[in-house]
Formats: sequence, structure tokens, C-alpha cells
Amino acid sequence: MEHIVIIGNGISGVTLARHIRKLSNKKITLVSSEAKYFFSRTALMYVYMGHMKFEHIQPYENRFWEKNRINLINGHVDKVLTKEKTVSLSNGNTIAYDKLVIATGSKPNKFGWPGQDLEGVQGLYSKQDLENLEENAPNKNQCKRAVIVGGGLIGIEMAEMLRSREIPVTFLVRETSFWNGVLPNGESEMINEHIREHHIDLRLDTNLKEILSDENGRAKAVVTDKGETIACDVVGLTAGVTPNTDFLKDSGIELGKGVKVNRLLETNIKDIYAIGDCAEQHEAIGLRRPVEAVWYTGRMMGETLAQTLCGNPMEYNPGHWFNSAKFLDIEYQTYGWVFSERNKKDYEKHFHWRHPEKKICITMAFHKETGEFLGINNFGIRLRHELFDRWLNEKRSIQYVLEHLKDANFDPELYATYEDAIISRFNTDFGQNIQPKNKSWKRILNLH
Amino acid sequence: MSTLDKSMSLSGEPPKALNTNQKISVLIGMTGLGILVLQLFNLQLGNSALWLSISLLLIFLGVFLFSQAAYAHKHEGIKNDGVWFKSISSRGLLGWLTGIALTGFYIVLYFYPQYLGLVQDGDNTGVIALFDPLSKALSGNPASQWFVYGTLYTVGILAFGIKFMWKYRHSGYQRLRTLSVMFFQTAFAFIIPEIMARLNGDLPYYDLKNMWPLNYYNFERYRVNGFIDAGDIGLAMLLFGILSIFVISPILTYKYGKRWYCSWVCGCGALAETVGDPFRQLSDKSKFAWKVERWVVHSVVVFVTLMTTAVIYSYLGNDTSKYWLTKTSFLIGVAVILTAVFAWAMIYKRDQLQKDARYGAISYFVIIMVLLGMHFFSGEGNIFLFKSSTLRTTYSFLIGSIFSGVIGTGFYPIFGSRVWCRFGCPMAAILGFQQRLFSRFRITTNGGQCISCGNCSTYCEMGIDVRAYAQKGENIVRSSCVGCGICSAVCPRGVLKLENGPQEGRINPTEVLLGNDVDLMELVNRK
Repeated sequence: MEHIVIIGNGISGVTLARHIRKLSNKKITLVSSEAKYFFSRTALMYVYMGHMKFEHIQPYENRFWEKNRINLINGHVDKVLTKEKTVSLSNGNTIAYDKLVIATGSKPNKFGWPGQDLEGVQGLYSKQDLENLEENAPNKNQCKRAVIVGGGLIGIEMAEMLRSREIPVTFLVRETSFWNGVLPNGESEMINEHIREHHIDLRLDTNLKEILSDENGRAKAVVTDKGETIACDVVGLTAGVTPNTDFLKDSGIELGKGVKVNRLLETNIKDIYAIGDCAEQHEAIGLRRPVEAVWYTGRMMGETLAQTLCGNPMEYNPGHWFNSAKFLDIEYQTYGWVFSERNKKDYEKHFHWRHPEKKICITMAFHKETGEFLGINNFGIRLRHELFDRWLNEKRSIQYVLEHLKDANFDPELYATYEDAIISRFNTDFGQNIQPKNKSWKRILNLH
Repeated sequence: MSTLDKSMSLSGEPPKALNTNQKISVLIGMTGLGILVLQLFNLQLGNSALWLSISLLLIFLGVFLFSQAAYAHKHEGIKNDGVWFKSISSRGLLGWLTGIALTGFYIVLYFYPQYLGLVQDGDNTGVIALFDPLSKALSGNPASQWFVYGTLYTVGILAFGIKFMWKYRHSGYQRLRTLSVMFFQTAFAFIIPEIMARLNGDLPYYDLKNMWPLNYYNFERYRVNGFIDAGDIGLAMLLFGILSIFVISPILTYKYGKRWYCSWVCGCGALAETVGDPFRQLSDKSKFAWKVERWVVHSVVVFVTLMTTAVIYSYLGNDTSKYWLTKTSFLIGVAVILTAVFAWAMIYKRDQLQKDARYGAISYFVIIMVLLGMHFFSGEGNIFLFKSSTLRTTYSFLIGSIFSGVIGTGFYPIFGSRVWCRFGCPMAAILGFQQRLFSRFRITTNGGQCISCGNCSTYCEMGIDVRAYAQKGENIVRSSCVGCGICSAVCPRGVLKLENGPQEGRINPTEVLLGNDVDLMELVNRK
């Protein structure tokens, strides 16, 4: 029986294992040094905040793995020996494989800041990071202030976590506005306001210069490039992630930023594959980046590779871009491409609407000349994924999308709706006369 | 660092201890409750009406101020911070103490009302006497233990309903739904029946929003006689009782799912959603619990059907010349209805049933065999060897008291808020059957946006592993779902939405989630 060894039990590795089991009887081994059972990394914050216990963020009951004959090995892979077709673990054991899949995910970026390895300085990515944070910042008495460095999704989640225990937080963001490398200005500005509403000390356009140590080797303060020294007990480094591939350096597997793979997710060495955050495409797919550290793409790669490994070779072919996040109390979804001012394509035009009082806004991107709808960012409104996927496939115009926007509303029943306000704003901005159509199940479900 | 308690590495100390205002409000509420407790010792406080008002007002005010202190200064949004760190909501000492106290209260209430001061043929004493003025004002009768319970129940739902609306004020669905249960409890369950009793003393006490089998006693001889003797109004109510089972509830469930009842109208649901809300995360989500749930709740349905049939059967006659409804024609009627429902489900909904079909088939078989047995082997008033009244008292004791009250509510802090609705309520089971098979209701999942975080499953009071469906992109059409909408509220990615849509495509197991651009038909054919 063919033995498939998967290094890493995150969403990519586990999705792969589950789908291989659905499709075949192959022997499957999942190796992880982080946790024995799969858990949802994106939910770690809720454990610290007390919304859930750790066991709740494990999507499968523990006996699931045995029942589905997926071997779990709690161990750390040191080396991959491609000629012998084995991997060696740090405890001295080796595992022989027929096919090997590298799904080791990411590690937090460190940019060589002085003091970045002190006690009390940490990222927020793994289960161990969470345990560290519980030690470093159990409450506001033992952690008088935390400084978070890096203006992205993990940074704001970490700020929310610490605020849930009323720990004062200073948030250093290199950019002039929160996440404005990704978000258009209006949205980024709204999130700035929301962060401050939550009593987070947001410092825009501010870089970390150095972390100062106390006599015991613990962080005691940070120094910013504005010359300020901020006393703190915890420093959160959340300036992005890089593929976790150091253990492959001498293996002969081709590495770039991550493990280089082709569209079949094969590496340069036969029978070795890579998926998830640690995989890097030779050529970027569409407007995507070669390395995408996103939950959903990891899942999709797992689904795809399972087909390939079970005799149904399939190229990784991600459909339209989508993503989601939550900024404190504001939900965010995006479908298709809406670029920030910095990365905006020359054909890309934006329509922005923001609610006059509430923290709700959308931005739609469309083609300057053809009027083709390119993508939408929505904050505080839920929109239906299927419909936007279809509209993007059908290359609908922005007028069409607005006209049928009520179909796409995915907010719970009895919520206020904003389609009329959005459309009338568009009509004013662009001198048009679009009339919204009523919601139709027939259109939503494509019934005939 | 050394003071850190290392034994709980993943759950530190509560991030939210009570703030000063909350401590004061606890004091106020407890004082109100204390007045009631003191009355157990039969202190003669004097003016009952005054002291009752003071007590209830203090309880109400305590809860109100507590909620204000907890939520008013916060932003709208999900506020579950520290739920699992607090003793009361994580099966800690406070949780257990509350559970034991509640259970004790129910035992006294159901079985030893004399300790509350209930006096047969005489003036009440103790805490029940305190409620006499209110009861007399409403119905003209002295209070019973049920009146005391009903009043406290209503005050609980109103006060904690406000708390619930505060907590979930960002959600229009939650606000309206809670207003609805508060209204139905106050008007239909509490005030209207009392006033009806005052206007027409012959009418049986009837909470109009309750229907069989939840009010399993509705077709007992004394009640049916009571309805008939009360003339047109009584007959109308009897008719309404029958219509609500066979016509009104199926239509509403078809349109909106069983939530129209369980989460918008029902009193048990109302208590679970309001007073029980802090405990919703405690319900067991394991597969084992699901198994137990299905067996238990379906058995209750079988039992209640048989019992009601037996009870009605026992007071019908055999003389065809007097009434068209005789023992024989009644049994045949029941058998025909059951067979029709069963056949319809098996023929038209076979492919949607799978596992549940077995429970359905077994239930059907048991009922029909017992019906036959009743007809052939029973003597006058006996069902096999039992008297139908024995069957009824057994049900009333086991299900009506122990399950719905003592365990169902008493164990909120241990097993979560909807133990009764989930494991015991025959009404929920029957509505669930309808919801599963022919309702337009489903919980829709949003394409590929689920991150498997588990908030939905954790906060599902019915113990449904919502995430298991959401991460597969499958609509959720579970019969136990009461449509409370909390899964949708706590989802950080906007993945879940309660919807009444067309039945086409309602059940939609997906092969590959949205995101991968694959031709699904080609993928299926290649296998």
C-alpha cells in the first residue's frame, strides 16, 4: 500500500489527508510537532479571549483520526532524505515514504531588530505562541502594556485579544494608515477610527528601532524611529510571515521564498509535493502572489493535491480571489480584486460608499473603459460568495452588479439593508440611473 | 511571573471580574430574591402586595442594572469575552451551586408545594401567600405554586430578555425575536389565561400558544368536557387545539421552519434564550450526545402519541348509535393518519431520510402494534394491563416534571440551556420532523468562507456541530435546529444565514468547495 507522509497538520495537510481518505485506501501519516490533533489556527485568539476552550477549536473529535485511519505522529522533522525517501525526526526516528507532502506553513517575520529574541517578544501563529502569550500577558497586572509591531491582520487580532483582558496596547504601524497596502484609503481610514474607538494606542507611520532588555533578559521597552521609548512587558511581532522551510535547506528540494512548485504542486524532486503557506508557485497565477499565506488557498491546495495523488492529476487552479477577516467588531469580506491606491492597476476605477454614521462601507472596483466589475470589499455587510463568483465568471458590468445587489445580501434576516443608499450614491457619483431589482431566489440559485 | 497559575496554561483568570456597578446590581437583585426566600420561613411582613412588588421590582432592577453595567459601555458586537473563564458559565463552583439550587427549587415546586406555603382548602402561607393579591387581581383566585412559578418565570424572561437584547443589540433578528418571546410569555402564557379564567370560570386553563403534544393533557376527558360545557368559546378553543396540530403548525413550519415556535413563541424556548443564555455554550456537541438525543426524543414522541390515544380511547364509548366517534373508529382514524404520514415520508422523502428513517420506521411500527393491541387485548379503561390514567401519570411525572422542569431547567448551568428542547420535547421533535422534510427553512453557508473556528458549534444551544456542515459548504437542515440564529451572530466570517428559500437545492452536499475552479460534473464523471 502506498504510504503518503504529510509534514504539517494545518488546514492544508489535514484537508489533503481527509480527501485522500475519501478517494482511496492509501496509508496516510500526518507529522506535526505543534499539536497532536488538528486545530483551527485562525481561532487561537478566541481561546485567549475566553470565547472557546482549546478543544472547541479542534474541528474533529479525537477518535476521528483513528476511525479514518490517519496516523498522527507527534514529532519534528529535521531532514528530508530524498534519495532514501525517508524523513528523519529530531527524536532520531525515521519515516519512509512513497510520496511526501510538505505542508509546514509559515513562521512570523523578524527583521533583525535589536532585542527581537528577548523574553516577552513573540509572534502569534502557533499553539506555542498562544501558550507564551498566556504566560507573558495573563492579565493587566502582570502585563502593564503591550506593544504590537506590524499593521496587518494578525496584529489587530492580537490587539483585540489583549484588550479583552484590558491590557493597554500600543500598536506600531509602519504605513501611514492601517493595512493601506491592501485596503483602499476610505476603508483603511475607517479601520483606523475603529481601532482608536477600542482604546488602542495606534501609532501610524512609526517603525520599531529596538527592543530594550531588563537585567533578566526580558523586554522592558521599545524604541521607535520617532525617538520615543515605550515601556512594555510584551512585544508582539506581527509583521507578516514567511514560509517555514529552513529544514529543507540541504535536501535538494528547490527553494525560493518557499518550496517551489508547479501547477500540479510538484517540487523539483519526484514524489515530493508542497501545499499551503510554504508553497511557492514558479509563476504567479493571475493577479495572485506566488506565495499566498491564506487559510482558503491552503484548503484548496489540499483538495487539489488529493485528486492528483489519487490518480486524477489536477492542476491547482484557484478561482476568483476571496478572503475575509474581522477587525474588532467589523466583519470584512472581499470577492475579486480591489487594490489599494498603492497597487491599483491603471485600468482600475473605484466606487466607495460609507454609511454616514455606522462603521459600514463598501468599495467596488471596475474597469475604467469597459465598466466590467472587478471586485468588491465589504465591511459590516455580509455578501453571498456564490453570486460574486458567478458574476465574476460572467464578467458582469458594475451596473449589473449594483442592479442585482439585493440578491447578494447575506446579512441575517431583519437587518437594515443599504442597497438603495449604495445605488443612489453610485448614481450621483457617476451620473447614472440604476434601479435596484428586488431579491429573486430564481436568480440567486440559477433556477430555470 | 511566579504568581501565575500554571495549571491552566490555556485559560487564565477571568478578564472581566464584576465591576462595581455589577456588584451593586447583584446586591439589589439578591435582596429582591431574599425577600421571597425569607417568606419561606413564613415571616409576616404585612402588606403582601407591597412586599411582592418590592421584591419583584428589585429582582428586575438588579438584572437590568447588571446588564447595563455589562454591555452599555461597549461597542455593538459579539461579547463573549471570558465566558469560559467565569465560574458560573464554565461549570465552575458557581455553576454547580446554581444548578443544585435551581434543581432543588423545582423538586419543591413540583412535589412539595406545601413547603412554599400552599394550603389546600384554606389560606396560603409563606411565599405563595405573598402572591395571593396579584393572583386575585388577575383571576380572582388565590395563588397556587404554579402561579408563583408563572410570575417568576415571566419576570425572568422579561428581565433577562432585556439583557439578551442588550448583549445582541447589533442584531435585528435577535432583538425582534426576543421581543416576541417576551410578549408571548407575558400575554399568552401569563395574563390571558388568568383573565379567561376570570371571565369564564368553566373554561379549562388554556395557554393558547401551547399545542399538543407539549400540552399532552389537552385532550383529557375533564378538559374536553370543560371545553364542550363552556359553549361556543370552548368548542372554538377545542377546535383551535386540533387545528393547531394538523393545519396551523405545519403551514407555519413549512414557511419558516420550526423556529416560528421554538424561538419566537414557546415559553420553554423563551426561558432558555433569556435566563439560559449564559449557559448555551455548555451543550454537548459530541456524536454520542447526538445519538442519545435522537433515541430519547423520538421515544418521547412515541410515548406521548400512545398515551394521548389511550387517554382519549379510554373515555370514548362503543355505541355507534350515539356518537360517530367510537373507540373503534377513533383507533382506525389514528392508524390511518399515522400510516398516511409514514407512507408519504417513505415514498416522497426517502432520499432525504437515511438514518432518521430507521427511527421513523421503528416508531411507526411500535405505535401501530400497540394500537392493535389496545383494540384486541384491552379491557374497559385498560391499555393492555395498565390503566390509561397510569400511563398518563407516568408521563406527567417522568416527562412533564422531571424532564422538562427538574432536569431541563435545573441543569442549565451543567448541560446548557436547551436540554429539554433537545432531548425531551415531543413538540420540538414533531416540528423538527416537519422542518427536516418539507420546510423552506435552512441555514445557508457562504461558499468557501468558513475558517472552521468553531464559534458556531460552541454557541449552538441544541448541540449541533454547525461547523461540520459549514466547513463543507453544506446547508444545514437538521431537525433539531430551533433557528435561534446565534450561530450566524457569532460567526466572525459571515458564513451562516438563516433562510426560508425554495426547496430546490436545499439539501446540497458539495464535492469540492467554492474557490477551486474545477468542473464539478467532470470531476464526478472521472471517478
